Amino acid sequence: MGRYVLRRLLQMIPVFVGATLLIFLMVNVMGDPIAGLCGERRCDPATAAQLQREFGLDEPVRQQYLTYMGNVFTGDFGTAFNGQEVTELMSTAFPVTVRLTLIALLFEIVIGVTLGVITGLGRGRPVDTGVLLVTLVVISVPTFVTGLLLQLLLGVKWGWIRPSVSSEAPFDELILPGLVLASVSLAYVTRLTRTSIAENRRSDYVRTAVAKGLPRHRVVVRHLLRTSLIPVVTFIGADIGFLMGGAIVTERIFNIHGVGYQLYQGILRQNTQTVVGFVTVLVLVFLIANLVVDLLYAVLDPRIRYV
Amino acid sequence: MSDRHYEPEPALAATAVGGTVDLGVEEAETPKKRPAGPDGPAPQDRPRSLWSDAWRDLRRNPVFIVSGLVILFLVLIALWPSAIASRSPLDCDLSKAQEGSQAGHPFGFDGQGCDVYTRTVHGARTSVAVGVLATLGVAVLGSVLGALAGFFGGIWDSILSRITDVFFAIPVVLGGLVLLSVITSDTVWPVIGFIVLLGWPQLSRIARGAVITAKQHDYVQAARALGASNSRLMLRHIAPNAVAPVIVVATISLGTYIALEATLSYLGVGLKPPSVSWGIDISAASPYVRNAPHALLWPSGALAITVLAFIMLGDAVRDALDPKLR
Repeated sequence: MGRYVLRRLLQMIPVFVGATLLIFLMVNVMGDPIAGLCGERRCDPATAAQLQREFGLDEPVRQQYLTYMGNVFTGDFGTAFNGQEVTELMSTAFPVTVRLTLIALLFEIVIGVTLGVITGLGRGRPVDTGVLLVTLVVISVPTFVTGLLLQLLLGVKWGWIRPSVSSEAPFDELILPGLVLASVSLAYVTRLTRTSIAENRRSDYVRTAVAKGLPRHRVVVRHLLRTSLIPVVTFIGADIGFLMGGAIVTERIFNIHGVGYQLYQGILRQNTQTVVGFVTVLVLVFLIANLVVDLLYAVLDPRIRYV
Repeated sequence: MSDRHYEPEPALAATAVGGTVDLGVEEAETPKKRPAGPDGPAPQDRPRSLWSDAWRDLRRNPVFIVSGLVILFLVLIALWPSAIASRSPLDCDLSKAQEGSQAGHPFGFDGQGCDVYTRTVHGARTSVAVGVLATLGVAVLGSVLGALAGFFGGIWDSILSRITDVFFAIPVVLGGLVLLSVITSDTVWPVIGFIVLLGWPQLSRIARGAVITAKQHDYVQAARALGASNSRLMLRHIAPNAVAPVIVVATISLGTYIALEATLSYLGVGLKPPSVSWGIDISAASPYVRNAPHALLWPSGALAITVLAFIMLGDAVRDALDPKLR
């Protein structure tokens, strides 16, 4: 187990370096990092040269990347061009997005798995067909369309909720945005659980459990669902990173000042420090979530052992 | 064996990280057991290939017929939009801004006084073009690289796997914002290039897996023993039996790429005006949605139906090509 974790951690290093380097190159080479400093106009050459020296932009890109990563590992994510520390921006943005992601995950797990179990056990029944059809529609409608339509209906037409979220972003205001953020993944969790349950319900250990005379709910929850959750957990683990990154669209629709908002502003204003810093953290979250998921397999399926 | 069976799942499920729209791939993960070529499962009078079997199934599948007809219609109006909408999508009259439907303008007008019907019809072209061209690019690049890695294995396989890991770790929408925000072009090419750049790793994984499965079959070993060259093995024996999952995933991806283009255009980095795109129109209509919801609803509906049609087509093709479900 310990060796497995160590190996996985070592494997994460090249992926982490590759992903951050890719973003670093995209931001620094493709764009002009100091263009955002002079407003809409171009910087005059002397100022530009001085700014480049000040931010170390005259050094080769490799050197810049190493310096940046060195700083990151000492907890210094640099300063955004408006003088705010990037870590300060993170400390206000991440709690909001973490709340939003938690709500989305809760929707995925509770509604998605429940629907998946119901449809998986009753394959071919009208309930199954109906839910499948709905998931197909949900998958097909892009998140920004779902978000705008729900905002229009619930927020503007019927007035059930506030159409936009206040800057504190408490849990109750994030329920609808969380549902919108979760919608596509929710449909996938439903479909995955359904397939997995339908496949495993014919397996030997389920037949044994039934033959032992266990009550139906115990067979389903303890024996069938537990092993069937493996592909679902895999998906959810990968989904955590996606939800936090995908929050760009949802946060824009509902005017939530979280990670997506900061990233969007950072990209529009060409605020390279903000963008690279936030993406670095997101990539880390994604990698760690995937590792945790892989370790969860053994908990769910006792047949799996790590060597 | 049973825990090995789970092994490919995490790798494939990771494709979902791509982004909202890339999730379509998750669906295609079900055809685990690849149609393994002419193994003649059913006692039939004459041998039928996987493809003729699949085609026979598809013709009877109502889902395939409906989605096929929708797609045919979309392709036709993408090629000749003026056949059903003769006005120009850029012909706008500000005095009619946000007006509802009226004679000759069934969908009403948007915030700039443009005819929503004309713009919705003309928007099909960019969506279909981006979807088809990006899918072609992704399919060619992804399947060639994935097939080579799966066929030769070894160091190239490891390198490719690490590269795909790197791409999966970057959220697609985020990558799109970063990369496309610095490109100023009013053509569809940057968007297509970007989708190909971030989309190929996912398809290369599918192709790699399919090639590895096909490579182990006896007929490939037999051909190798008879002295067939690598290229002959690859093209004559492996490719025909590994192409089915690639086609399925590519079809489903086509729908998701269309949604991705709209999402990027909605965020202001995909296509830019004066291009006509559903994403641009939805983005432009969202601020005044209280006064003119129709300007939001029509392009949204068109977008949703298009994506749905391609995903349903992919679903139907998968069902037809997956012998496990028969």
